[in-house]
Amino acid sequence: MRVFERPKVLKDKVFHYCPGCTHGIVHRLVAEIIEEMDIRERTVGVCPVGCAVLAYDYLDIDMQEASHGRAPAVATGIKRVLPDKVVFTYQGDGDLAAIGMTETVHTAARGEPLTVIFINNAIYGMTNGQMAPTTLLGQRTQTTPYGRNAAKEGYPIKVCEMLATLDGPSYIARVSVGSYKSILNARKVLREAFRRQIEENAYALVEVLSTCPTNWGMKPRDAMDWIENEMQETFPVGIFKE
Amino acid sequence: MAEVIIDRERCKGCLLCVSFCPKQLFTLSDKLNSSGYYPVKIKEMKECSGCAVCATVCPDVAITAVDR
Repeated sequence: MRVFERPKVLKDKVFHYCPGCTHGIVHRLVAEIIEEMDIRERTVGVCPVGCAVLAYDYLDIDMQEASHGRAPAVATGIKRVLPDKVVFTYQGDGDLAAIGMTETVHTAARGEPLTVIFINNAIYGMTNGQMAPTTLLGQRTQTTPYGRNAAKEGYPIKVCEMLATLDGPSYIARVSVGSYKSILNARKVLREAFRRQIEENAYALVEVLSTCPTNWGMKPRDAMDWIENEMQETFPVGIFKE
Repeated sequence: MAEVIIDRERCKGCLLCVSFCPKQLFTLSDKLNSSGYYPVKIKEMKECSGCAVCATVCPDVAITAVDR
């Protein structure tokens, strides 16, 4: 009996991500959920600009590429024209919390029936590690070589807490993929986010605390431990609206 | 009997399975794969309990866990 095998929704292709990057784990969780809920034929994913820009090469479902930050707007269009499809966006922190903040907030405020998967790794991964809106105070990046300083660069944006104040969204949660237990919990929460859209026609956002070992300058396991020990102090894991 | 099957070509040698395996069964192999990484291998397959922790944390979905 196979205890664990590669989901069929993942194409037979090697990920382009750096060794130890947790994008692969989240891709796998999404693929498993789509397979488990048997919605492969009616799911449409919207890709971001960022490291996950090539997600359409890995997930064997209908996918649409959006311009930088506009994934929720594109997804809104798809969902309104094809309301029986399950539409999700997969966005990073540069895409969702910087250039795409307007689309993110207004899509949430309208309560569009979408599932938004937000990968927060506190840095701009694809462009080699500049400061992101979610970079922690004191965290060293290419553009904050002495650590992020609140007086100069401001404070990290807490997307979940902010969106939870709106009336539109039905489900807002933050999970982590920094340990085995966290990954199992992330799967449960992501499944619930898809269920909200399918059964309740409601907006759901799941923020996933993810690693970027290359740009954090850490070994993959140390990066995972850093999520669990340091990052969760600024970005506590939990369900903010349900 | 439990067993894990490692896809050598997918593995990037990130060592997450090495550090997460509750029985410390993984180690790096000494042969490169075609992407230029040293993939992991199992030291003692008999010891494997098939808990699939390695497969769950593998970011490249390179591990299949089997329980016979």
